[in-house]
Amino acid sequence: MNMTDQAVAPLLRIADVTVRFGGLTAIDRVSFDVHPGELLGLIGPNGAGKTTMMRSITGVVRTTAGGVELDGVRLDGMPIERRIRCGLSLSQQLVKPFRGMSLLANVALAAGSAKTSSPLKSLLHLSRREELAVAREMLERVGIAQHAEQNPAIQPLGILKRLEMARALALRPRVLLLDEPLAGLNSKEANALSSTIQDINRQGVTIVLIEHNLGEVMRICSRLVVLDNGRKIAEGAPRVVMNDPAVRAAYLGGDTLASAAADQSDTTTACAALGGQHA
Amino acid sequence: MDYEISLLTTMSISVLFALSLNLITGFCGQISLGHATFLGIGAYVTALLGKAGLPFLATLPLSMLLAGAIGAVVGLASLRVRADFLAVTTMGVGFLFVGIIRQQDWLGGELGISGIGGSGLSKTGFMLLALLSTAAVAALCLYIRASWMGRVFNGVAEDEDTMRVLGIDVPRYKLAAFAIGTALAGLAGALYAHHLQFIGPDSFGFVESVTVLSMVVVGGIGSVPGVVIAAALLSALPAWFQFIGDYKLLVYGGLLFLMMRFSPGGMAGLMSRFFNPVQTSAKGER
Repeated sequence: MNMTDQAVAPLLRIADVTVRFGGLTAIDRVSFDVHPGELLGLIGPNGAGKTTMMRSITGVVRTTAGGVELDGVRLDGMPIERRIRCGLSLSQQLVKPFRGMSLLANVALAAGSAKTSSPLKSLLHLSRREELAVAREMLERVGIAQHAEQNPAIQPLGILKRLEMARALALRPRVLLLDEPLAGLNSKEANALSSTIQDINRQGVTIVLIEHNLGEVMRICSRLVVLDNGRKIAEGAPRVVMNDPAVRAAYLGGDTLASAAADQSDTTTACAALGGQHA
Repeated sequence: MDYEISLLTTMSISVLFALSLNLITGFCGQISLGHATFLGIGAYVTALLGKAGLPFLATLPLSMLLAGAIGAVVGLASLRVRADFLAVTTMGVGFLFVGIIRQQDWLGGELGISGIGGSGLSKTGFMLLALLSTAAVAALCLYIRASWMGRVFNGVAEDEDTMRVLGIDVPRYKLAAFAIGTALAGLAGALYAHHLQFIGPDSFGFVESVTVLSMVVVGGIGSVPGVVIAAALLSALPAWFQFIGDYKLLVYGGLLFLMMRFSPGGMAGLMSRFFNPVQTSAKGER
C-alpha cells in the first residue's frame, strides 16, 4: 500500500521547515509528506514541537526556513485564511464555537465559504438553504445531528469537539488538520471520537492528526511521524516506529537512556584503561 | 407645525446616523468613538459644493463617497488594533478632524459655514426626503443582517480569529463595514447640513460621537429596531426637555454607563429577557 502511496505525488509537503523564536529553535529542518487519503499521526512528547509544526502549516507561525506545499502550491507567506481557501482546514485544540447561534448555524457558516470569499459576494447572497443541508450532513457525519438546533453554550466538551470537526469538514478540505481532538476526553469518549476520525478518513478525507493519546493513535493511524526536541526522529508504520529505540527513548525520557549509554561507554573505557594498566 | 416638521427631520437624521454606526459597532463589532467625524465630512462636502453651485442632490453621493473613502482609511486602523485601542484611535481621529477644521479658513474655521441651503425642497419635502433616506438605510441594514455579509460580520464581532480559521478574509470585511457605515454617516451629515443650514466644528466633536454611541448602546448593539427607537427618542429628548440639551454629555454619558453596567444588550436585550426569560434555544435561524 505504501508503494502505491509513494507513486502518487504528495498532497501536503513539508520541506526542511525550521522555526526559530529568537535563540530557540522550535522546529529544526523537519520534512515529511502527507499522501492523498492517508491518516497521518504527528506525535512526540510534550514540547517536541508538534503544535509549532501545526502552526507553521496553517501560517499562524512564520517559518524561518523551508516551505509548505499543498498539492504543488506554495503556502509560504500566505495568511491563514488564504491557506484555508487553498484547501487546508484546521480543527483547533481549544474549541471556540460561536455562542450566539445553533450548532447547525455554526457549521453552516463554514459551509458558506463559497459565498463569503469576498464582501461583495457575501452581500449578494441571502439564502443558506444549501449550507444548512451541508451542515446537517456534516453534523451527521460526526454523530451529533440530534443536537443541531441547540446552542453550543450548553454542550459538553465531547459534543463541542465534534462540532469543531464538523465545522472543519464543512470547508470541504483537501487536508484536514486535527490538533489534539482527544485532549480532555475520557477514554470512552476518546475511543468513540477516534473511531469517528477513522470513519471520516475512510470516506476519503486526508487527515493529519496531532495527538497525545498514543493508544488511539496506534489504533487508527496508517503512518506516524515522530518529533522530539524540534527534530523528526522517526517516520513509518505505527508498530515499527514505536519499536524504534530513539522513539522509546524520547517517550521514556531521553536522559535515562542516553546516560545509561554514557555510563556503559564510561565503563568500557574504564575497563580498557584498567586492561591497559594490567598490560 | 413647522416645529414638528423640523423635529421629525432632526430625529430622522439622528436615526440614520445611529444606524450607520450600528453597522460598524453593532454588526461588525468594531468600536468607534469618532463617528461624528464622518457626519462632519458629509456635511462639509455638501456645504462647500453647494456654495460652489452644485445642486443639492448631486452633492449627496459625493458626501457619501468622501466620507466612505476616509472611513475606509480609518478602518485600516482596525486591522492593526482591537477593542479599546481602536476606541482610542478613532477618538484621536475625531479630535484631529475638529482640529483641522478649526484651523482652515476655507472650511469656515471657528465660525463654521452659514447660509447653507437651496436644497430646492420645501420643509415638508425635505422632511420626507430625510424620512425616506432613513427608511432606505434601515431596510439596507436589515438586508445586510440577513445576508451572508451579516453572518460574517456577526462572526467577526464575536471571534475574528476563529473566522480566519474558517477562511474568512477578516480585514476586507472590516474595511467593508467601515466604508459602508461611514458613507452612510456622510449621507446623514449632508442632510444635517441642509437641515440646520449652519455647520461648525462644534457640531462634529467628541460629544456628538459619544451621543451617537449611546444611541446605539441604549437601543441594543446590533439591533436595527432597537437602535431606531433609541435614536429617535434620544434625539427628541433635548427638544422636549431643555436641561437635557444643557447637560447633553452628562445625560448621554450616564446612559451609556448605566446600559453597559446593567444591560449590555441595550433595550433590545432587556425586551428579549423580559419576554423570553430562559433563552436556551438558538436565535438567528433564517
